[in-house]
Amino acid sequence: MAKSAEKTKKSKSKKVFTPNIVAFACNWCSYAGADAAGVNRLQHSPNFRIIRTMCSGRVTPAFVLKAFNAGADGVLVSGCHFGDCHYIFGNHKAVEQFDKTKALVKTLGLDERRVRLEWVSAAEGPRWAELINEFVEQITALGPSPLNHKKK
Amino acid sequence: MTIATDKLKSNRAFLCLECGKCTAVCPISRYNELFSPRRMLAEGLFYDAENLISDKLLWSCLTCQLCSQRCPVDVRFSEYMRDVRADAYLQGKRGNPSHGGALHYIMEMVSESKLKQNRTGWINGDLKVKKKGDVLYFVGCLPYYQDFFAKDFDFSPVSIAADTVKILNYLGIEPVILDNERCCGHDLYWLGQLQKFDELGEENMKQFEKSEVKTIVTACPECALVLKRLYPERLGSGKYEVKHITELVAENIDKFNFKELGEKATYQDPCRLGRYLNVYDQPRDSIKSIPGVEFTELAHCRRGAICCGTTNWMNCDITSKQIQKSRLQEAVQSGAGTLITACPKCQIHFRCAEMGDENEKTGIEITDFVNFIAKAIDN
Ligand code: SF4
Ligand code: SF4
Ligand code: FES
Repeated sequence: MAKSAEKTKKSKSKKVFTPNIVAFACNWCSYAGADAAGVNRLQHSPNFRIIRTMCSGRVTPAFVLKAFNAGADGVLVSGCHFGDCHYIFGNHKAVEQFDKTKALVKTLGLDERRVRLEWVSAAEGPRWAELINEFVEQITALGPSPLNHKKK
Repeated sequence: MTIATDKLKSNRAFLCLECGKCTAVCPISRYNELFSPRRMLAEGLFYDAENLISDKLLWSCLTCQLCSQRCPVDVRFSEYMRDVRADAYLQGKRGNPSHGGALHYIMEMVSESKLKQNRTGWINGDLKVKKKGDVLYFVGCLPYYQDFFAKDFDFSPVSIAADTVKILNYLGIEPVILDNERCCGHDLYWLGQLQKFDELGEENMKQFEKSEVKTIVTACPECALVLKRLYPERLGSGKYEVKHITELVAENIDKFNFKELGEKATYQDPCRLGRYLNVYDQPRDSIKSIPGVEFTELAHCRRGAICCGTTNWMNCDITSKQIQKSRLQEAVQSGAGTLITACPKCQIHFRCAEMGDENEKTGIEITDFVNFIAKAIDN
């Protein structure tokens, strides 16, 4: 319901909503995967800011909440596939942390589809581009976050 | 850089005699010799306050009010900390938040009036609540603690909320619970973020007014302090009375039909409930009236009680851990098998201190006042 209300507002003002997305990517896989997408000149949406962490396990709920508090419309957490984490169990930690994050995001009243945890390897440039496009599309459909003060 | 004179007058820092009694009793100073309330006063009064404002230890004070109990001239050291921190905050200075600051972000986020939280999921079918009525139960951060701490610490913060409603129902009260209650702002207040505190307070007061309640009950000492004293001080008083659940239970103790429990229990005085709000006897009387419960006191109790080691989710460090461990040791030495506290945060901190090294575990049962009472009325 809220979604459709946002949409009518948009069409009236004829302003297109371009989401702000924060993407956390681990140094060893996902960041390299994003790099590969660039090196291969794969066209994908520019609506995200990438933040490199040494491992996805470092991304605690605080990181994601800070992004939302600063006005992000969506947050992506990405790391190596299971078995590939360079700190062995880091991405299992990431899953634990992400469960908490998701629960908090829900309790806060934000749509849980605004957060996502994905595994992207260094070789998966095309997958990174696809993932970003898909996520941007999803967040565009959801509209601005209620905490995005610039888009009010 | 100096601290404004009117602030030094209102928190009575001007009267300091430099006797040092505060430093002598302070639980932080006991384990960290670099921390001294007396020195912090001298710095703010006689020297360039820049030192004090940039000092990371500025954020370590627990605002536990223990020092003010001993101070011969009633310097309000906690209020002094609040005022200095407010200046420091404006200069962009921060302490080291626990949990990466996650809880502080939540406090800030829920001040946004457009946010529609999902915070009532814990209300199960057995609990009777109403949309309109005379009594409101102010839940506080428990739903967030559930998401954040339940798994790690193996306890259920929302069980405190559920058991509070259970006790109210037992007394024939069906409380109103706000779907979109905001954080009370307690931590932001003591961290000097007064503007955010006011924003949260105004949102909450608006909702209280709309619901037309006559009494607000809370099971959190911090919420109780804020609703009873800090909102009226800063934002004007509402047309309702505020009670902590320990007060409500004590008032109605004749109406309870407790079963026999057979436990030896002791009680941790939460700083806000004890020294700030003067609620000492009510929880004790209620616990003692349960048949089969033997009550023992901690070595430091009532006015002299020692804080659980951290407040405002700030500067939790080895000192905090030492305070927590010594507090748990006191509980063991009291001979009790159960440590009862009336503050959800005390419980989180004590449970945290029990984690880690197996050999250092005391194994004492830690529970909340409402969980304990609810257990005794279980049929
Ligand atoms: S309020 Fe408590 S922690 Fe702060 S200086 Fe006084 S005794 Fe120490
Ligand atoms: S106890 Fe009171 S008078 Fe003595 S140093 Fe501390 S604040 Fe000053
Ligand atoms: S290094 Fe990539 S997830 Fe741990």
